[in-house]
Amino acid sequence: MSYKSLLTVDARTKRRNAAETRFKAYGLAAIVMAMLALAVLLTSVIGTGASSFKQTYATITVPLPEDKLDKSGVRDPDVMKKVTTIGYSSLLKNGMVAALQTAGISTDLNAKDIGGMLSKEAAATVRGFVLANPDVIGGDATFELLMNGRIDGYFKGRVTMESAALDGNTSPEELALAQALADAGIVRTKFNWAFLTAPDASDQRPEAAGLGVAILGSLYMMIVVLVLALPIGVAASIYLEEFAPKNRWTDVIEVNISNLAAVPSIVYGILGLAIFINFMEFNQSSPLVGGLVLTLMTLPTIIISTRASLKSVPPSIRDAALGVGASKMQSVFHHVLPLAAPGILTGTILGLAQALGETAPLLLIGMVAFVREYPAAYTPEAGLFGEAATALPVQVFNWTQRADPGFVERASGAIITLLIFLLIMNAIAIFLRRKFERRW
Amino acid sequence: MLPLSVPLLTVAALATLGYLLAARRAIAVSGGDSRTLAALPAQYALNALLTIVIPALAVLIGGAMAGGGALTGWVVIGVALLCFAGALLQITPDYRARNHAETWIKLILMAASVIAILTTLGIVFSMIFETRNFFSQYRWQDFFLSTEWSPNFRGNSALGILPLLWGTLYISFIALVFAVPIGMFAAIYLSEYASPRMRAIAKPAIELLAGIPTIVYGLFALITVGPFLRDYFAAPLGFGDSASSVMTAGLVMGIMLIPFVSSLSDDIINAVPQAMRDGSLGLGATKSETIRQVVLPAALPGVVGAILLAASRAIGETMIVVLGAGAAARLSLNPFEAMTTVTVKIVSQLTGDTDFASPETLVAFALGLTLFVITLGLNVLALYIVRKYREQYE
Repeated sequence: MSYKSLLTVDARTKRRNAAETRFKAYGLAAIVMAMLALAVLLTSVIGTGASSFKQTYATITVPLPEDKLDKSGVRDPDVMKKVTTIGYSSLLKNGMVAALQTAGISTDLNAKDIGGMLSKEAAATVRGFVLANPDVIGGDATFELLMNGRIDGYFKGRVTMESAALDGNTSPEELALAQALADAGIVRTKFNWAFLTAPDASDQRPEAAGLGVAILGSLYMMIVVLVLALPIGVAASIYLEEFAPKNRWTDVIEVNISNLAAVPSIVYGILGLAIFINFMEFNQSSPLVGGLVLTLMTLPTIIISTRASLKSVPPSIRDAALGVGASKMQSVFHHVLPLAAPGILTGTILGLAQALGETAPLLLIGMVAFVREYPAAYTPEAGLFGEAATALPVQVFNWTQRADPGFVERASGAIITLLIFLLIMNAIAIFLRRKFERRW
Repeated sequence: MLPLSVPLLTVAALATLGYLLAARRAIAVSGGDSRTLAALPAQYALNALLTIVIPALAVLIGGAMAGGGALTGWVVIGVALLCFAGALLQITPDYRARNHAETWIKLILMAASVIAILTTLGIVFSMIFETRNFFSQYRWQDFFLSTEWSPNFRGNSALGILPLLWGTLYISFIALVFAVPIGMFAAIYLSEYASPRMRAIAKPAIELLAGIPTIVYGLFALITVGPFLRDYFAAPLGFGDSASSVMTAGLVMGIMLIPFVSSLSDDIINAVPQAMRDGSLGLGATKSETIRQVVLPAALPGVVGAILLAASRAIGETMIVVLGAGAAARLSLNPFEAMTTVTVKIVSQLTGDTDFASPETLVAFALGLTLFVITLGLNVLALYIVRKYREQYE
């Protein structure tokens, strides 16, 4: 019989050690894959969307002749409204051609194509300006106007000479001319505030589409959710945690709440459609209905986190309050609730963040509609939060359904905006937790 | 009929007045010495306020539920006036205002907790009601057993749920195939191997995935994953040329579920008592042997529960499949083909112009009810398993 040293590793130990290393490597690989997925997800969305925060504008001087814009000469905006955007776009065309001549750029393109390099929105911009300032008629005015989506895409690298050659909406010559205009300083790319403030735009003009209405709609809905879900959620949690007798009825409520937290969000959309719109006849696509649906959806989340923070307040606090003669209600409202408040607030913010990103239920209550008017918080006809609006995530969905490739960039840009809002909310929640959370 | 603002403002005015008068009256009946009162003047005031507001609001809400008759506004004002008088008249030095006020408050708290029940009832009844309408126009045998889905708004639609269910289950299955191993291994590594520093970085990073809205995943599927899978897998291998496919949706949904599986598994693995690990390690088992032969078998019921919860999530997920899976109802095994799910069809049947008398719209409620029943069943089963398992070690 031969004895081996303990220090020499036999085959079986080697195998077991190898298995150990492999197992550990699988674990590491899983984590790396998860992180990689996160990284790819974020870079892909941010990579496509970041450019929507920049926009290409042309600065041109447009002649505004009286015989075209206001034949009557009375400068009455109601009369001047008869001149449609088509009338204005021919003026813009002239402005563009003049700008080319001044800059000394020669081109083979005809005037129509040159005018077409501006966005269809540009004529509306000029028309709006002229109707608001009738005095400018008869002279020249300098405008900073949107270029169309393809030219804009060229400066952002989305459209190339090769893809333009296959594209019916633009041509390599137009891109070359745009480059020449950029070299002459007429066309510039700058930060796109309009993306955050302008309303949605129609199918043909992705360059003009903005998130103004969607951000406003989301804000209104968050107000509704905060005003309803926080008090109701806190009240329900206080009852269940502090007052409810342990009986079957309480059990039913508790099981119910944990199940509601796991109901697919689209089911809440069906509920909203059936109850709030069909039965109670609230306005379709209104932030009120959206807010109510999201309230019902976030309530379980808020209740669960509120109960957890109420539970974390030690019983000695309650006992001390009761011991000096406070009633049960006073002990809760004067002592337990203030101590649990940071936790409740954190949970509420996280619940709001979840509600802000929710899309599916809002699709069913009509928030996919095309809305160009900024919704008012209150109007006598539509009531509180009753005017049609869209929401940030729904606007993303909406833009993915459009044909023009420019909208893909807009959708990704909207996602970035949404993620920034979520990041801020989460940061606030983490800050509150770090700053105020007490370990007993 | 009164506009809603009139009774509301009246109640608010009466409540404010009641609040102010009750405190004065309490001091008055005490003869100027508030020590003889059974409660503080402020508590008399609060009780008066609640006594006026709560019955009035209850009547208002009840009236609105019952269809909002023309008289509701007047009745509300009447009730408020009555309570106003009552609240002030019942003030005596012996009246225990604090206790009465607290009973009112408890009533409010109770009502808030009942909203959860009302939500469930609302969900169930609204769907059952419309589903009954649907089945009165469309045979239920055809709905549950037909393999064809081709809605036609001119009538004569084939509305069989089977192809939708197939798509739902297929996509969920693929999602779980990705999410469960990655999530489990990540959880095992983080709880058993990782250094505290790595844990501090990796755990929040993975949980970040859970905080990303599903529309973001949907867009990711649409603009990145779909074209990638089509260009590098489906088209070269001859599986088809569709960017939206079961694979696209399944893969992206898998990413979404990773944090879900990993955080649930993490809890479950941590719940296995340390003594069991120590025993196994003490007998000479390696760490991985301990995990595979001791920790995982002990955690198995919990892990099954976690997988069921993840499955329920996957089945109810909407935006990823709307943007990633396609709209064609199809019974096929090819994962690179576009298929559709129950949730996609709920969205497509209920958006746009809808006519709530036609079976093509009403079918969405039957689909919703089916979805609700399936996910509820999975959740109840999963919670039952998890709860039962937890008790084992507590």
